[in-house]
Amino acid sequence: MPSSVEPVLDPLFSTPITERKLVLEARDLRRTFTSGSRLNPTKVSAVDGVSLQLHAGETLGIVGESGCGKSTLARMLVGLERPDGGTLTYHGTDVTRARRSDRRLLRTGVQMIFQDPYTSLDPRMSVGDIIAEPMAATRSASPAARRERVAELLGLVGLAPDMMSRYPHQFSGGQRQRIGIARALALDPDVLVCDEAVSALDVSVQAQVINLLGELQRRLGVAIMFIAHDLSVVRHIADNVAVMYLGRIAEQGDTDTVYGSPAHPYTQALLSATPSHSRADRGKLARRRILSGEPPSPVNPPTGCRFNPRCWLATDECRTTQPPLREVAATSATAAADLGLRPVGESRVVACHHAEKALQEAALAG
Amino acid sequence: MAGEDGFVDIRETTAVGEVAALRVRDLSVTFTGGGREVRAVRGIDLDVAKGEFVALLGESGSGKSVTARAIMGLTDEFTRVDAAELRVSGVDIQALGENERRMMRGERMSLVLQDALSALNPVMTIGNQIGELFRVHRGSTRKQARASAVELLGLVGIPAPSKRVDDYPHQFSGGMRQRILIAMAIALEPEMLIADEPTTALDVTVQAQILDLLGSLRDQLGMGILLITHDLGVVMEVADRLAVMYAGRIVERGDADTVLDHPAHPYTEALLRSVPEAGIRGRDLMTIPGSPPSPAQTPPGCSFNPRCHMAIDICRTVRPPLVDVAEGRASACHRSEELLHALVS
Repeated sequence: MPSSVEPVLDPLFSTPITERKLVLEARDLRRTFTSGSRLNPTKVSAVDGVSLQLHAGETLGIVGESGCGKSTLARMLVGLERPDGGTLTYHGTDVTRARRSDRRLLRTGVQMIFQDPYTSLDPRMSVGDIIAEPMAATRSASPAARRERVAELLGLVGLAPDMMSRYPHQFSGGQRQRIGIARALALDPDVLVCDEAVSALDVSVQAQVINLLGELQRRLGVAIMFIAHDLSVVRHIADNVAVMYLGRIAEQGDTDTVYGSPAHPYTQALLSATPSHSRADRGKLARRRILSGEPPSPVNPPTGCRFNPRCWLATDECRTTQPPLREVAATSATAAADLGLRPVGESRVVACHHAEKALQEAALAG
Repeated sequence: MAGEDGFVDIRETTAVGEVAALRVRDLSVTFTGGGREVRAVRGIDLDVAKGEFVALLGESGSGKSVTARAIMGLTDEFTRVDAAELRVSGVDIQALGENERRMMRGERMSLVLQDALSALNPVMTIGNQIGELFRVHRGSTRKQARASAVELLGLVGIPAPSKRVDDYPHQFSGGMRQRILIAMAIALEPEMLIADEPTTALDVTVQAQILDLLGSLRDQLGMGILLITHDLGVVMEVADRLAVMYAGRIVERGDADTVLDHPAHPYTEALLRSVPEAGIRGRDLMTIPGSPPSPAQTPPGCSFNPRCHMAIDICRTVRPPLVDVAEGRASACHRSEELLHALVS
């Protein structure tokens, strides 16, 4: 793999993200599953009103604990799952209840990289066939052109083109993940959805794949939605980050802002429980914000703010009224400085009735 | 924690003097199945003192889990374990018969496995599974065993333990199942606890709880803990001492503060630099080229040489022994002196 890539002086990366072309937009997406017996069905509210925007060349990180609905969200974005409510717009076209041809647009333009490199590749297909399959499925090129494209893609992900005739079992975990990435890139997508794409890899290999994703983004200008439970990885690669809790977005904004001064109590608790990668911060976990109880299940989500049973700031309002995503307001410029906010252009929204109080407490605790 | 007094009473084993909780010398594990021999662990030494938290860090295939199973004696007929010395709190395990060894497990040493769902019996209630330990090892009655189980569940922080004791494993969440495994591992207050990736499958908030629990149990009961992990963040947080494994061998060992601040082996150094940190956001991470070797075919010389940025000719032919490079720390690298000096200057 070429370790140093010349910086692409693409006008794309010099324009601020919000002024770039909007590629994929989700508005108020909802998905409910039915489980239990037919006589006594229970509703599992996996994703409940999630809105996201993804611009060209942007990396959006989604973090949250298991069961928070991040994988369901990913599956809806790539069209593997149809939302019950809300709209999904791809390049300005609503693809949720569109005709088949419009949905096909989504399928070619939004591609997924899966978590497990061992089960996401067909063991009986050669690597060449695996990578060419998206092209074969869309009948987009002649077989000869496909072979050429496969060779090009293998080069792009740092594998030798002559590996085309080999089979997945002949590759290591990191190499397989590269094959998965090459397959996702075969149709020249605008959006890559990575659902825990590096979680199954060894630490030393994980860094290679993270670097590769960054390099591909710089070269191809592809937007990446990066779903992970590893907060340090997301911090490393994401421009913007959304924190999910029980199917809803708790906090969303610029990565530095969210990690630097989290305003939602849940974000604060989550960040404080993450072990630091520096020995100097040892003991940080002992000072963490301890959440009472286990994460409630999406089967019977609490009313109001879904975080309220575990929140130390919860009031009656939280138990009855669902907090909308809003900007954090500071009463004055000095108050803003106290809260660690930038007075203008605070690019973060948070769904909490008491975000100001949470910020203030965090600032006092240091 | 609740019920602590009664819990301590269960202890019947005589306190041994200042004997190490675990002492391993020249441990090798060879897999003999499939017609050829694969050496997964090659001559490692390990020491865990009482009340000490030692981390064994390594990537997949480095032999860390095999080491744990070999120490516990959980091997099948296709596995050969050779060791010059294998002692758990002074008892020579190799001299014991299979029955005596079985009585050791749970009583003097225990293992917490990674995958809590497959480690628990799905058709047995939690209370019976924990109680079984007391019934087999202590000859408790059904009633006593149940009471002890309730007490243990409370100790590991399961809410309403007297209600949950009759539940089955599937009725618990992942974090709770892991805590139940820990409860079973500490039930008879062993001197040595081996935790094999106990938090890998868990969310960070639950992981923090489990690490807390292990830490406080270490403090309360004074057991030695060997934590097997690939997660540097966890090592940073809890380890007193650290051993780094690569391709079946320990390549660096020492006090955790020193090793993590000034690694003396290029592999440790590269591992530390390949994890994302806040400071280098947006830039490329340092990577280790290639991938860990399979235990069946390790490269000649130093096993790490094909991936090492400091490799010289001698690394390709002569395997560096694990030697002391400073007070209380050892490294297996021909160039560790240089590495240390480069870092100091």
